[in-house]
Amino acid sequence: MESWRRNPLFFWIVGLPPTLWLVLFFLVPLGLIWLFSFSDKRGIIDIELTWTLANYARSLEWLYLEIFLKSFWMAGATTVIALLVGFPIAFAISFAPPKAKPWLLLLIILPFWTNLLIRTYALIAVLRSRGFVNFGLEWLWDQGNWVLSLAGLGGYQLLGERFEPLELLYNNFAVVFGLVYVFLPFMVLPLYAALDRLDRSYIEASLDLGAGQLRSFFSVVVPMAKAGVVSGVIITFIPALGSFLQSDLLGGPDSQIIANVIERQFKSANDWPYGAALSFILMYLTFFALALRAVLSRGNRDAEGL
Amino acid sequence: MNDSAAPKPIVSIQNMSKRFAGAVTAVDQVSLDIGAGEFFALLGPSGCGKTTLLRMIAGFETPTEGALLIDGQDMSQVPPNRRPVNMVFQSYAVFPHMSVFDNVAYGLKVARTKGSEIRPRVEEALELVKLGGYGARKPDQLSGGQRQRVALARALVKRPKVLLLDEPLSALDAKLREAMQMELVRLQHSVGITFIIVTHDQSEALSMANRIAVMEGGKVRQVAPPSELYERPSSRFVADFIGKINLFEAKPLGQSGAALELEVPALGRIAVPFSGDPAKVAWVAVRPEKLRLLRQPPEDGSLVFPGTVAEVAYYGETSHVLVSGPNGHGMTVNLHNGTQETPSTLAPGDSLCCSWAPEDTLLLAD
Amino acid sequence: MAFFRPRVPIGALEYSRRWSLRLIFLVTLVFLYAPIVTLIAFSFNDSRRNIVWKGFTLKYYERALQNDELLLAFANSLTIAFFSTLISVILGAMVALLLWRFRFPLKAPLEGAMALPIVIPEICMGVAMLAFFARVGWPAGLPWPLNLSSITIAHISFSFPFVAMIVRARLVSFNRELEEAAKDLGASEWEALRDVIIPHMRPGLIAGALLAFTLSLDDFVITFFTSGPETVTFPIKVYSMVRFSVTPEVNAASTVLIVITVCLTALAMWYQNRLAAKEKGTGK
Repeated sequence: MESWRRNPLFFWIVGLPPTLWLVLFFLVPLGLIWLFSFSDKRGIIDIELTWTLANYARSLEWLYLEIFLKSFWMAGATTVIALLVGFPIAFAISFAPPKAKPWLLLLIILPFWTNLLIRTYALIAVLRSRGFVNFGLEWLWDQGNWVLSLAGLGGYQLLGERFEPLELLYNNFAVVFGLVYVFLPFMVLPLYAALDRLDRSYIEASLDLGAGQLRSFFSVVVPMAKAGVVSGVIITFIPALGSFLQSDLLGGPDSQIIANVIERQFKSANDWPYGAALSFILMYLTFFALALRAVLSRGNRDAEGL
Repeated sequence: MNDSAAPKPIVSIQNMSKRFAGAVTAVDQVSLDIGAGEFFALLGPSGCGKTTLLRMIAGFETPTEGALLIDGQDMSQVPPNRRPVNMVFQSYAVFPHMSVFDNVAYGLKVARTKGSEIRPRVEEALELVKLGGYGARKPDQLSGGQRQRVALARALVKRPKVLLLDEPLSALDAKLREAMQMELVRLQHSVGITFIIVTHDQSEALSMANRIAVMEGGKVRQVAPPSELYERPSSRFVADFIGKINLFEAKPLGQSGAALELEVPALGRIAVPFSGDPAKVAWVAVRPEKLRLLRQPPEDGSLVFPGTVAEVAYYGETSHVLVSGPNGHGMTVNLHNGTQETPSTLAPGDSLCCSWAPEDTLLLAD
Repeated sequence: MAFFRPRVPIGALEYSRRWSLRLIFLVTLVFLYAPIVTLIAFSFNDSRRNIVWKGFTLKYYERALQNDELLLAFANSLTIAFFSTLISVILGAMVALLLWRFRFPLKAPLEGAMALPIVIPEICMGVAMLAFFARVGWPAGLPWPLNLSSITIAHISFSFPFVAMIVRARLVSFNRELEEAAKDLGASEWEALRDVIIPHMRPGLIAGALLAFTLSLDDFVITFFTSGPETVTFPIKVYSMVRFSVTPEVNAASTVLIVITVCLTALAMWYQNRLAAKEKGTGK
C-alpha cells in the first residue's frame, strides 16, 4: 500500500468516478429521504423541510407501535427458527468428509440464487388450502380413516366428518414460514464458517473429560461458535425486519409489517415524510445492529488472539 | 509381546487395526500390554499410526478390528466420555471461553462431583502443575507452557487410570521442552498414574519413558526399555531411527560355535557372536561412539574398517569423523574431544583404521 | 446399505454419519427444494388447476412466448442487466484498485460508505431512489432504452460495491513484485496495469460481472420502487401476474428465469473451479 501522493493522477482516475457515483446516486438519495423524514407534507408531492420530529413521533402511536412490535416479533421468530434449523445443518456440513463439504454447502445456498419473488411465489402453491401440504394431509386423513375402518371403528368418524384443510396461507404463520425459507442460507453460511474453524480437539477434550455429546455441544461448541451466531442472527434479522415481499404475498390482513407501511406511504398513501421517517428508523436499527456486532466481535477477537 | 511388561496390564491392546476409508491402514494388527504405573512411549516417524493408536485408546477412533481392555474392561462399546482415561492434546485444547479454574473444574462438574469437593481438588491440581493462584486467568493470558500445564491439571484432576499425552512437548521451544520432560517424569512419579505418551522425538522417549514401542507403517517394530532399544535394536529400522548408526549389508554364511560368520562387502568376511535365527540377518551395524580410530590395525581380534579421513565436523563436546573406505563405503566415528586422539590432528586424506569389538556389532533383520 | 447399518461403528466425532443429523439435513433440503421443484414441474402440467398431474405439455411456454408484455419485460430486464453489469464492473474494479493500492485521508469513511448499499435494507434504498428520481425530475417518457436509465442507475448503485468486494479479494493475492518487475523492464504505470494487474484481476472481474448480472436480473424490491408503468421488468411483471392469480404461465415464466440464473451461477462456479485447479497446477 502506498500514499496517494506518490501517484496522484492514477489515484484520481480510479478514485473519482466511483466516489462521485456513490455520492450522487446513493448518498444524495439517502440524504434526501433523511431530510424528508424531518419535513411536513403540504400537498400531494409538495414537501417542505421544517425540521419537525412529528413523523418520528407518529411511529410511537399505538397503531404503528403495534406494527413495529409485530415486525420485531416476526423477524425475531424467523431468526430463532433459522438459528435452530441452521445450527445443526452448519454443524453437519462442517463435520462432513472434506470432499463432500462444498457440495453440501452448495445444496443449501443454491436456492438463494433463484429469484426471491419466485421462491416466495412457489410457497403459495405449496401452502394454499388446495396446495400440496394440505393435499398430503388429506391423503394421510384418508389412510387414517381406512386403518380405522379396518379396526372396526369406521363408523365413529374419529378424525372428523370430513377433511378440513389447514389455513396455511395468508396469515402470520405463512409470513414467518416464507421468511425462514428465504433467509435460512444467510444463517447457515456464517455458522458454517465459525464451526469449520473450530478445532476438533476442543470437542474431544470435552468428551475426554467426561462430558456427554449434548453437554459438550452446549458448553463447548455453542460458546465457541458465538461469533458465527452473532453474525448469522444479525444478517438474518436485518433483512427479515425490512422484508416486504413475504408479508405482501403470503400474509393476511393483519400481517402488515414496517416495510408494507413504508411501501404504502410511498406508493398509495403518498405521505413521503412519514414513509421516510419509517425507513430511517429501519436504518438506525441496522446501524445499531452492525455496531453491536462490531463490539461483540472485537471482544471475541481478544479471546481468540492467543 | 515382551516379557519385561509390568505384572498387571492396565491397558491391553489385542490385535487392533484401523483402516480408514480409502483403505489406508493406519494401525496394523497391534498387540501391546501396558502395565500399571508405567511411563510408556509410542515412538515413530509421522504417519506411523502412533497417534491413531492413542486416539483409539481414548475412544476418538473406532478400531476396525481387535479389542481394547482398560483395567480388564472391554472398551469396544464405551464412548470416550465414559472411559477411565484422560488426554493432554497436542494443541492443549484449553477452552478459551473459560477461566483456568473453570477449565480444570469442567471434568469434575460434568461428573457431578459435589460442589464442596471441586474447589479443593482443582486447587490441588493447579498446585501440582505449579499454577497455584492462576485460577482466575483466561487462557489467552497464559504462555504456551502454562497452557500445557492447565491441560495437564485438567486431565489429572479426574484421577484417570491412564493419562494419554499426544506430542505434548512439540509446541514448546527447545529449552522449555527439556525442563518439561523432567517435570513430566517427576509428575508421573508423584501421582503414580500410567502415562502413555506419543512422540516422534527419540530423545524425548529415551529420556522419559521406562518402555518404548517403536512403530512404523502401522506396525509395532519393537517394544523394549530405552537402553535395550538402543543397545539391542531388533531391526534395521529401529537401529536407524534411534540414534546414529553405521549400516552395512550382510549375507550370513553359517553358524560356527557361538559366532555367526557373515560376508559383508564393506568389511570382508567377519565372525560376530550371535544367538538367533541367522536367516533373518540382513545387516550389520555399529554405533559411531563404539568405534576407535587407529593409525595401525590392532592385533586384539577387533573388527577393522580401513580408510581415509574424508571430513571432520566439530560439535564442541564431540567431533564426527567421516572415514571413506574401499568401494565408496563410509563410516562415521564419534570422538569425545579431549579424551581420545584429538581430531585436530586428523586431516582429510589421513589413512586410518576404524576398529571395534566384535560384541559391539549389531546384527539386524531388515 | 451403509445408511442404516454402518459397517464400522460411528466414531465419537463422526457427526455427519449420525442418522439424526442426516434426517435434519434431508428434511431441510426437502423444505428448500420442494416448492421450487413443484413450481417447475407444474409449468409442464396440462391442467390449470395446478394440483394433479394431467400430462406433459409445453403450451404454457408457448402462451408465455406469445405474451407481448412478458416478452417486453424480459427484454427490459436483459437490457438493464447488461448495462448495469458493464458499468458496475468498471466502477467496482476502480474501487478495488483504489482501496487495495492507496493510503489516503478519509479512506475508512469511504470504505464504510461503499459497504452501505450492501448492508442497508433493500426497501430503504428503494424508497430513496424513488424519492430521488421524482425530486430531480428525471426525464420520463424517453424512447426505449433510455426510459430504463433510472432503474439501471439504481441497479448499478447496489451492484458495484459487490463487484468491488470480489475484485478486491482477488487483488489480495497479487504479488506486487510482478508489477515492479514489469516497471523494472521498462513498462509505464499504465502498461504495468494493462499487462500485469488487469490479467490478474480478470477472474474477479468475471465473477463480479456474473454476480452483478444475476443481482440485476433478480432484483425486485428496488426495481419495484424505481419503475414506472412504461418500464416493467421481468420480476415486476411476474409480481403483477402473481398478485392476480396463480397460473401455469407464471410457473413457465419463473422456470425460465430460474434456469437462466442457475446456469449463470453454474458457469461462475465452473469457471472458478477451473481457475483454482489451474493455479494449483502451476504451484501458485
